[in-house]
Amino acid sequence: MNWNSPAEFFAMGGYALYVWGSFGACAVLLALEPLLLKMRRTTVITEIKREIAARTQNETQN
Amino acid sequence: MSNQVINFFKFSSPQAFYPLAGKMVPWFAALAAILGITALYIGFFIAPTDAQQGEGYRIIFVHVGVSWMSMLIYVVMAMWAAIGLGFNTRLSNMMASALAPTGAMFAFLSLCTGALWGKPMWGTWWVWDARLTSELILFFLYIGFIALQSAIDDPRRADKAGAVLAIVGVINVPIIYFSVQWWNTLHQGSSVSLTKSPSMAATMLLGMLLMALCFWMYSIAVALKRLRVIILERERHTAWVAALPEVKS
Repeated sequence: MNWNSPAEFFAMGGYALYVWGSFGACAVLLALEPLLLKMRRTTVITEIKREIAARTQNETQN
Repeated sequence: MSNQVINFFKFSSPQAFYPLAGKMVPWFAALAAILGITALYIGFFIAPTDAQQGEGYRIIFVHVGVSWMSMLIYVVMAMWAAIGLGFNTRLSNMMASALAPTGAMFAFLSLCTGALWGKPMWGTWWVWDARLTSELILFFLYIGFIALQSAIDDPRRADKAGAVLAIVGVINVPIIYFSVQWWNTLHQGSSVSLTKSPSMAATMLLGMLLMALCFWMYSIAVALKRLRVIILERERHTAWVAALPEVKS
């Protein structure tokens, strides 16, 4: 075990900013990407539903 | 034999691949999660403190993985783009487009984590050194590919233009990889070599490789997820998309 206390773990031997900055940047972007994708998917599905609804409406009117 | 060929080509159509990709995503995501947790545990609790760099070296666990992925994804993207250009297969082109944003993200993370490592060890966030500059060019190639494709309205022409850019840009990948050997750079040599025995502790190497594998699985999961969205976007007017359960409900 490398760490004697949680404080020591978070201090990272004085490199806290750099180590946690690197891991943090990776964690944030790796979590953000699937979220953005989910939003993009919801958008396209809503659009397709609207198009289909408009099409069927046109067909019933004619 | 002929049967196998037919089965293989079956999945080269977006309609057939869409549900298959959907089934594959959770498996790769689960693998990425398991590998990631194991790698973090090894990286922080088992791998020893470095003799020269103290705890600062632990950036290696993400830095090497994201850098490898940024290069690997570019090669895979260019390969799909080349197949799409040569055989005019729609799904290959969509695959190339699906990989680009993830590759760009990894290239960006490589530059970020590199800067965060460079500051305490070299005393500077950035130098115009061969390794760093060629990685920055890789990031710009990804951005160029995405921008070029989104600037062209006709998807077929966008695919072709993007493919040419992606294929030409492949030349940059060996330049990045060998830059530390070809030029005198501030960047240290390769962390892992196929010809030499590893120069670091076994647990350090293991943590690094597991993290790289985690990023690899993550990339497959996210690329397939994005591929499904791209398929929906491009095939929105087809009857099979209209018949999908997620669209009907």
